Amino acid sequence: MSTLTKPAPACDVWRPSRGKIGMICLITAESCIFLTFVVAYLFYIGKSATGPQPAQVLELGLVILNSIALISSSFTAVAAVRLLEGGNQGKCWLWLAITIALGAFFVGGTIYEWSGLMRDHALYPTTNLFGTTFYSLVGLHLFHVIVGLILLSTVLAMGLLGWVKPRHAPAFDLLSWYWHFVDAVWIVVFVTVYVIGR
Amino acid sequence: MTLAEHHPTIPAEVSRTLGARLHGWAVTVDHKRLGIMYVCFGLIFFVIAGIEGAMMRAQLAQAAGKVVDPATFNQLFTMHGTTMVFLVGMPMLLGMANYLIPLMIGARDMAFPRLNAFGLWLFVFGAILLYYSYIGAQGLYGTSAAPDVGWFAYAPLTNRTFSPGNSTDYWILGIMVSGFGSITTAINLLATILVMRCPGMTLMRLPLMAWMMLVVSVLVIIAIPVLTGAQIMLLLDRSLGMHFFDTQNGGSSVLWQHLFWFFGHPEVYILVLPAFGFFSEVIPVFSRKVIFGYPLMVAATVAIGFISLGVWAHHMFAIGMSPALNAFFAASTLLISIPTGIKIFNWMGTMIGGQIIFATPMLFASAFLGIFTFGGLTGIMLAVVPFTWQLSDSYFVVGHFHYVLFGGTIFGIFSGLFYWFPKATGRMLSERLGKWFFWLLFIGFNLTFFPMHVSGILGMPRRVYMYQPDRGLELWNMLSSIGVIIQAMGISLFVLNVLISLRKGKVAGNDPWNAWTLEWATTSPPPEWNFDQVPTVGSARPLWDIKNPTDPDSNHEGIS
Repeated sequence: MSTLTKPAPACDVWRPSRGKIGMICLITAESCIFLTFVVAYLFYIGKSATGPQPAQVLELGLVILNSIALISSSFTAVAAVRLLEGGNQGKCWLWLAITIALGAFFVGGTIYEWSGLMRDHALYPTTNLFGTTFYSLVGLHLFHVIVGLILLSTVLAMGLLGWVKPRHAPAFDLLSWYWHFVDAVWIVVFVTVYVIGR
Repeated sequence: MTLAEHHPTIPAEVSRTLGARLHGWAVTVDHKRLGIMYVCFGLIFFVIAGIEGAMMRAQLAQAAGKVVDPATFNQLFTMHGTTMVFLVGMPMLLGMANYLIPLMIGARDMAFPRLNAFGLWLFVFGAILLYYSYIGAQGLYGTSAAPDVGWFAYAPLTNRTFSPGNSTDYWILGIMVSGFGSITTAINLLATILVMRCPGMTLMRLPLMAWMMLVVSVLVIIAIPVLTGAQIMLLLDRSLGMHFFDTQNGGSSVLWQHLFWFFGHPEVYILVLPAFGFFSEVIPVFSRKVIFGYPLMVAATVAIGFISLGVWAHHMFAIGMSPALNAFFAASTLLISIPTGIKIFNWMGTMIGGQIIFATPMLFASAFLGIFTFGGLTGIMLAVVPFTWQLSDSYFVVGHFHYVLFGGTIFGIFSGLFYWFPKATGRMLSERLGKWFFWLLFIGFNLTFFPMHVSGILGMPRRVYMYQPDRGLELWNMLSSIGVIIQAMGISLFVLNVLISLRKGKVAGNDPWNAWTLEWATTSPPPEWNFDQVPTVGSARPLWDIKNPTDPDSNHEGIS
């Protein structure tokens, strides 16, 4: 045993952060789940035997506003991480709260859009293939936004209780990676559903 | 000063009650205990799946057999396949990796120990969900018991209309939950191998098994989520009335096939690459030679991982794809035989000129080389599109994939169990019983699965509960069924061997095989903290360096 502990010939071992590796792997796995639903969506574009069809019912105005809110929340999340790293907790919570508010706006907007689709156009998940693929793809993303919001709110609550210190910034940074991932997926979903699919 | 320090000779385990010890296993986050539990659960399910297989062979031993009814037969082949892939292969391989990888790379534990425990219990919960279907799947409908849709659960067979009751839902949920467990374990293995290596353990000094587990983990986090996604769609179809795979409303059953096999084919490599890793550790040690072509082995492993993501539709040649797609998937399938062939030649190159010791692990490794090559050759035959058109869904295919998965994965697991059992328990398995076990399993295996190639070519389709007499199938089926009896005798000897050796086996010592990798540097069984001091390595064979201080391996690095 003792021979094993003698200093080895100088040889640098590449050693990344375990949290970053874990988060990259999680994001890869999640991307594959999303990819499955995106492929199903693309596969079924224009295959609905009965209406309503995407071009008849999907409206861009609200969804663009929604997208702007969600994408900006990535930038506010970056600001919050930078502020925590710099030891400026007070401002960090402010930007984190703005991030959560923007995410919540997105959730509210999506619920509004869905209720409109169901009320005015009678588009339900069971109506046709468009309903099936639309609600499941957007819903899968919405589920991830809600999970992200719960995590961010937990950090905010812990922060307001004074439990989060600048030394926790790397963990907070990893959470922001997840949030960026959720935003990036939205761009893919937006292009799939509202650009290609419409 | 605590009581324990006054009595250092009394092991903590002995002084505690059974309840306390079980509690200790339930709450442990130690990678070694978790690995042992994975292997034990895997062995239990191996016996269960074996019984299911034996019941099918009993039914098929004679023409127009009457052992089980057709509905039970459908459940048997579904549960046999599902169990072997998800509840035997996955936990045994991930479990052995869990036990060995931290020891091999000189780490204290996995990168995320609690996540590791979470993964194990997710697997156990998923397995219980799947088998609970036998009693719980009747639901409100009073129909069906265990899943009976085949292990790849093709649509529209899984549609509510054709699969009433809840059996398919249990299949979906059980596999999905244990799949989440596999994903967390893969994330953990990746982080462990990349981050937790001891000083001096560069990537090109990793034991080959660690390299193979690295590639396997990447395949797991790419392939399993696709199955999860497809299963979510199926669950939405079945419970919310959506139309993904509902052909009545424009849904496509072919989409399920694409998604399933996009998972399914990498899964084959997820099951066989860890076994390749075990053999890559066993063959050099029992040939007393360095592995031949280490860098090429690494490159071939990465190439297999990469190509395996682009071959899935060779499972679907019979559904009428376009000629272009058929040609692409036939070509990519043939291509994957190149890195696989490189591996076979490298193992043989390691053995050539070596002083081969035919201990039980090496017997399994040598048998594997022949059996796997045979299974690989029938695989190349099946990559030829017209050949598949003729033999798709026949017993030829059943014979083929048992040659690669039994002869590859299961032989690898037993080779590894014989090799590392002394490390995990401190005692050797009996070599005498081990050799009996090997020969019974080897003969029984070939007797069961070789005749399947013949009955398949003669036209016997898989997944049928009976065949007519006078079609020339009786002899081959009877041979297959007799083989199962011989295999069962072998497996019983293995169980007996484990039970006897645990109590009376020869004490192993730290390094019973005179091996070279780090897991043999610590005691058998290793302490909870693995190494008293963090080891530092100077080459790919740190124990060689200790045993031969005048000629350390680092002098020869870069030459291979």
